[in-house]
Amino acid sequence: MADLYRENILEHYQNPSNFGTIDQPDITYEDTNPLCGDRIRIDVTLKDGKIADIKFSGRGCAISQASTSILTEMVKGEDIESVRDLSAQDILDELAIPISPARVKCALLGLKVLKSGAYGITDWPVAESEA
Amino acid sequence: MSTPAGKQHTFDIERVRADFPILGNKTSRDKRLAYLDSAASTQKPSQVIEAISSFYRESNANVHRGVYELSETSTELYDQARATVARLINAPDRRECVFVRNTTEAINLVASSWGRTNLKSGDTILLTMLEHHSNIVPWQLIAEQTGAQLRYVDIDDEGRLRMDQLSEILQQENVRMVAVTHVSNTLGTITPLAEITRLAHDAGALVLADAAQSVPHMQVDVQQLGVDFMAFSGHKMVGPMGIGVLYGRRDLLEAMPPYMGGGSMIRTVELDHSTWADVPEKFEAGTPSVADAVGLAAAADYLSELGFDEIRNHEIQLTNYALGQLREIPGMKLFGPEGDDRAGVISFLLDGAHPHDIASILDGEGVAVRAGHHCAQPLMGRLDVTATARASVYLYNTEEDVDQLVSAVETVNSIFRRGAK
Repeated sequence: MADLYRENILEHYQNPSNFGTIDQPDITYEDTNPLCGDRIRIDVTLKDGKIADIKFSGRGCAISQASTSILTEMVKGEDIESVRDLSAQDILDELAIPISPARVKCALLGLKVLKSGAYGITDWPVAESEA
Repeated sequence: MSTPAGKQHTFDIERVRADFPILGNKTSRDKRLAYLDSAASTQKPSQVIEAISSFYRESNANVHRGVYELSETSTELYDQARATVARLINAPDRRECVFVRNTTEAINLVASSWGRTNLKSGDTILLTMLEHHSNIVPWQLIAEQTGAQLRYVDIDDEGRLRMDQLSEILQQENVRMVAVTHVSNTLGTITPLAEITRLAHDAGALVLADAAQSVPHMQVDVQQLGVDFMAFSGHKMVGPMGIGVLYGRRDLLEAMPPYMGGGSMIRTVELDHSTWADVPEKFEAGTPSVADAVGLAAAADYLSELGFDEIRNHEIQLTNYALGQLREIPGMKLFGPEGDDRAGVISFLLDGAHPHDIASILDGEGVAVRAGHHCAQPLMGRLDVTATARASVYLYNTEEDVDQLVSAVETVNSIFRRGAK
């Protein structure tokens, strides 16, 4: 279990990057994990097609909070179109911890919220192991 | 919540544990399994597994149809299972026990069948803040169809029902049905069901008890409690999944229309209408799960032989043992009442750790607990939490299981307090 709660994950959980809200975002979306009712909201401002700023808020488990924190670091400054190509596996690879099937949705909630807000893609991202 | 003086276990816990093959298995991380999620579903003793297996090996055929020996055997086993279940809850008549899939189906049956013919606009269905979704959503569905309204009895800060409020609503509104849990699956609160029934009946209301968390753990007597309907599941009482029981007073069941149509539940079928079989067959459309009924009867026998006083005493001792140790852990918040009206369900939170993270870390230590809203979102809202972790004990749990839980919770603390702000 120590491997699931590595220092890196705990650091993102206890001191998340890009935590908060944006006053007049270009994109804002909120969703819940049906398993536990955990809620994540992501706000984005765009400039020249790039993610100029991104913030997330909500409360949830260490896995969902840390993975969303890591996601915001991954996409900040990137082209918004590149978010479309981000896969579940990209997130899981970045987390680099063993995620059991019961916790996959925790890890992917942030990506789902961002894709829903940016593209109206409301399906859960599918991890390769589930495909 | 103490054990009656001089009363010691007469059942041998090691012998009990030996009856449950799964408890001897190691987890994939090679940890001893501490199964503390019996409020969700219980493990099964060999006696139950064997009863199901031998039914399929020796007695399998459809019921109520064939005139050949196997079908007669199967039918007889099915009827005997019903009689065993009726004895377990002291139902006056075995025909008052309808086999269903689970507690949820039993409550849906009553809400739909009784509700459709008895509820109208201006009527009140009285629920409580302790209810599981299975005793809320079926009533929401029928309320929408009939125009009846839902009211909820609140709880006090310890998680006991506000009986003053229950009396008040019964006096002030046209309450037709009080649907209430006997034991809260989240807080462990044992509700004063006999008193609720008396108050409800005085006000002209019926009572449906959700007994999913009580029948497995204590002697439940429908005549003593006076309930009109009662629902429970096999899988929470060392029996199989896929079978449950609706107890209903015979006069009520006879007056109710069928819930589902199909084979077995009819007397005659013509092109444009049908007539119904007697109870309970009227409510058992289609081929029933006979093997599971047989397994449920084996489970009822297993519990009865151990004795409900012994089971309850064992659970009280273990619950007190667990509460005493958990209370000492820094950052621990425990839910539920303390006293004789508390079953072996322990919901808790730990500062700085989300319940799902708690459950994942506990899982790594071989400790199986539930984390989440426990299918009781209104109660979570009332407690002002989104989720809790929940450990629940049963007849096969030991102090070693509790020690393993406590040690794993301390591991959670050490992980999450490392580097905490």
